[in-house]
Amino acid sequence: MSITFSQDAQSIVTLTIDMPGRSMNVINAEFGNALENAISQIEADPGITGVILTSGKDSFVAGAEIDGLFRIADPQLAFDMAQALKSQLFRLERCGRPVVAALNGTALGGGLELALACHYRIALNNPKAKLGLPEVKLGLLPGGGGTQRLPRLIGIQKALPLLLEGKEITPAKALTEGLIDALAEDRDDLLAQARAWIIAHPKAKARWDEKGFKIPGGDSKHPANVQMWAIAPSMLKQKTQGLYPAPQNILSSVFEGCLVDLDTGCEIESRYFAELVVSPVAKNTIGTLWFQLNDIKKGASRPADIAPSRFKKIGILGAGMMGAGIAWSSARAGFDVVLKDVSRDAAEQGKAHSEALAKKAVQRKRLDSAKAAALLDRIHPTDALADLSDCDLIIEAVFEDRELKAAVTRETESVMDSSGVFASNTSTLPITGLASQSVRPQQFIGLHFFSPVDKMPLVEIIVGNQTDQTTLARAFDYVLAIKKTPIVVNDARGFYTSRVFGTYVLEGAALLAEGMPAQVIESAGKATGMPMPPLALQDEVSLSLGWHVAEQTRKDMAAAGEPYVAHPGLAVIDIMVNQLDRPGKKSGQGFYTYEARSKQLWPGLAEHWPSTSDPLSQQDMIDRLLYVQALETVRCVEQGVVERTADANIGSIFGWGFAPWSGGTLQFINATGLETFVRRADELAQRFGERFSPPQLLRDMAAQGQRFE
Amino acid sequence: MSQAFIYDAVRTPRGKGKKGGSLHQVTPIHLLKNLFDALRERNALDTSQVDDVVLGCVTPVGEQGADIARTAVLYAGWDESVAGVTQNRFCASGLESVNLAAMKVMSGQEDLIVAGGVESMSRWPMGSDGGAMIMDPRVNAAMDFVPQGIGADLIATLEGFDRETVDRYAVRSQQLASLASQEGRFSRSLIPVRDVSGLTVLDHDEFIKPDSSLESLAGLKPSFKMMGDMGFNATALRKYPQVSQINHVHHAGNSSGIVDGSALMLIGSAEKGAELGLKPRARIRACAVTGAEPTIMLTAPAPATRKALARAGMSTRDIDLFEINEAFAAVVLRAVRELDLDMDKVNVNGGSIAMGHPLGATGAMILGTALDELERRDLNTAVATLCVGGGMGIATIIERV
Repeated sequence: MSITFSQDAQSIVTLTIDMPGRSMNVINAEFGNALENAISQIEADPGITGVILTSGKDSFVAGAEIDGLFRIADPQLAFDMAQALKSQLFRLERCGRPVVAALNGTALGGGLELALACHYRIALNNPKAKLGLPEVKLGLLPGGGGTQRLPRLIGIQKALPLLLEGKEITPAKALTEGLIDALAEDRDDLLAQARAWIIAHPKAKARWDEKGFKIPGGDSKHPANVQMWAIAPSMLKQKTQGLYPAPQNILSSVFEGCLVDLDTGCEIESRYFAELVVSPVAKNTIGTLWFQLNDIKKGASRPADIAPSRFKKIGILGAGMMGAGIAWSSARAGFDVVLKDVSRDAAEQGKAHSEALAKKAVQRKRLDSAKAAALLDRIHPTDALADLSDCDLIIEAVFEDRELKAAVTRETESVMDSSGVFASNTSTLPITGLASQSVRPQQFIGLHFFSPVDKMPLVEIIVGNQTDQTTLARAFDYVLAIKKTPIVVNDARGFYTSRVFGTYVLEGAALLAEGMPAQVIESAGKATGMPMPPLALQDEVSLSLGWHVAEQTRKDMAAAGEPYVAHPGLAVIDIMVNQLDRPGKKSGQGFYTYEARSKQLWPGLAEHWPSTSDPLSQQDMIDRLLYVQALETVRCVEQGVVERTADANIGSIFGWGFAPWSGGTLQFINATGLETFVRRADELAQRFGERFSPPQLLRDMAAQGQRFE
Repeated sequence: MSQAFIYDAVRTPRGKGKKGGSLHQVTPIHLLKNLFDALRERNALDTSQVDDVVLGCVTPVGEQGADIARTAVLYAGWDESVAGVTQNRFCASGLESVNLAAMKVMSGQEDLIVAGGVESMSRWPMGSDGGAMIMDPRVNAAMDFVPQGIGADLIATLEGFDRETVDRYAVRSQQLASLASQEGRFSRSLIPVRDVSGLTVLDHDEFIKPDSSLESLAGLKPSFKMMGDMGFNATALRKYPQVSQINHVHHAGNSSGIVDGSALMLIGSAEKGAELGLKPRARIRACAVTGAEPTIMLTAPAPATRKALARAGMSTRDIDLFEINEAFAAVVLRAVRELDLDMDKVNVNGGSIAMGHPLGATGAMILGTALDELERRDLNTAVATLCVGGGMGIATIIERV
């Protein structure tokens, strides 16, 4: 039984949700049937004096089961499903007996909506428990009455941020926000409080079912709310560029629902819910950020037959920004870290980065001060090579220079644990080449971190030609242990992320070379849904670095006798770096001019690249900026650099923010439709160059009706 | 087709549209009653001869709701046979009433109409009627809604009007309005507002600030920067991808004032005028409405003017005076630039920046002002035009007879 029914001496019924074979309760058909039985029993027995809802797991209810929703293609099914759940919740809410939610742990999505349909909510005061309505993050909205009951409970203006951002909050915060009515110290206290409330309120009903109920802060037509509604869509689209229908539908559901009665509002909510369930953005988001991400975390890209492992001690070479960040992330996950630089001073400075982050985390109450102190104690700054002797993972984060990297590799390998792994944090240098300087190339691997390390969720693991499976598995386990998401790619110039990312910023430069006004390019860049437009992004990563990498590539390819075609955007970078001395944001001068807190596009751009009288449409520019990345990703797949669709999609969103609405670089092609994509790419190739020409792999897949699965 | 003539034009003075403004104590229906009384007395009008009353009102709620036109007819004691309709074309409503009245007459279906509008902005503030384009997030998003001030600042940005340019225009409006008021140029139309005992409540446009100067305006903070930064700018910029940022130049001193007021015109056929012994003052030559891009919202006066001119077979050179509603300084400056007008013919007695813009009434007011000035200068033709919410524009051409 998913919900057990027990009645005490006072005829108070406790419904304990405890779905068999699961670590957490979820809302699905099985749950629905169990709830139906429970409600029917309550309705049939007028002797029951009250109802307590709780869970037999550590958490309450984690939300709706995504698998079922993901498969729905017919809005009628989604509508009926939402209505069915809500009709059960109405029956519970209006059963004529007091109903209390005893939240013994995390209650998310449908779990919280279930609690909102109770008359009183008590939560265990566990700071690790989360309460929230995170549906928006998967491109959906809370379809179990959440957009209706939450504003009626705490007011429209307090409810909207929780709904629109999907914020998950602790029980203590939920109490101050008004989501719950009381906190309990332990399970006994929780149930005792629930009983006491039921006994004290034998005639309880929902506050919105009381006569004369008014929404706190007023309904949707209250003047203060009307002012908010006027600007809310602008504030939203400033963030979303209008590319995400879920928050837009949440606004509508709350607005319209808070002009009418709860029952009508709930039906309105179901309509907006149904539209989202079948929307491409929800399918893209759920496919990538739920299923594919979960697969990755479960080790889909990890060699399966190698036992899980954990390194004893991490040595980090180079205490610059990257090294310091890796030290923080490792120490935070409980690893002992040796942070080595050429001088003790430099190493200390690297540790200071962690001290600053720890201080901030303590201030924001994300870390208690004892744990922060212990964390910092785990980081040992040093200039002594010998201190690395018992490290079984070395992460080299020195300057991107082959000879320097070779030198530190040899030096370190001479002292480190010989059974350990040597990893290079490089963003572009081929791993196989670096491994050739190693005495143990099979234990050599690439771990490409992103900056700033403490915030960026991705690590790109690069497997060199000689890297063995055990090394890969150990590296993979480490990345998961520091709570980052690993993608696994094979060795090639620029690997996957840097290579594809580069095509985006260079396309922006190419548009400039063709005479598109810089501002128009940047506006198109924003309209793609990328977090930053291409010229601003090129400034951030520095034009001189871009030029340096391109030059290195050109030289390497010449040395290898491979044909090299210069990207048309490179000519712009060349002039910017080598003639105009505008190397990027760090120097205060790039495509933009940087002042204290503002930046402006450099007016000189229009002189060096005069605007054409016949500019492209914004859609052409958007397509170029997105297609060029998707096409480069397909080339990575074709060349075996990327082996799994999940790695490509997750890597693109977590690595460089590829338009998340699309579900990632390969899902973008799926969602466009392969045939349509190939047709448009051919058209772009004809107009703008060979880089848009679809690889044979893609043509074949399109012809055979395949998708990137 | 019949021709439509203007027989009379009356208006209230404009009172500051807030607490402490002289007309804040006066109900909107009472503003109208004053004018209905005046129109009847001045023309010795047998009100049973009037077919319909068309009134504009942009916030037709509360005291202004429930068809204030028919309400005013009955409250003013006009003949019960006189019908009344209230319509809302935002800031064009007052002029729309005139145009509708003209079309009723021209069509031959009706002979004598009262057209005008009313707005007590102090009692029923702008926005109190809500509206899907503003409050419904789905509609708001689909339309890329931004408040007019953002559109006005965007016009200034696109046209390159800097703060001094728009402020200079505002000072001109104040000086011209002040002079016109002092010289009594509005006196033919201006009907003082009197209370229930006949005591005068307000007999002049009280919003005018004759001492306004470039220096005094320079101290005013831009009105739309904060809301722009909160998100409206981004909405406007998505529509205008060539613009990197909006230059916020408009403020309380170079935008139209919020005021209370009302205006009426008596419009009829030649035959009906002759029958009642009324003397026609001007013929309505043509009128037009049009729509343009709704986010910038305020660019349609020029296209509407061109449309009306084309209908009349005229060009801007045939027009002696232009009244371009001073919703914002940049709106007038842009229309002048687009239509290539001689500034000496434009808003020669100031406008809404100096005297205020009682939304539902303004169109009828500025057409009346233009007619008075044509007579004073002994000129023949005038255009009144306004920018309108939702991106619309309106224009009316009159010619003295």
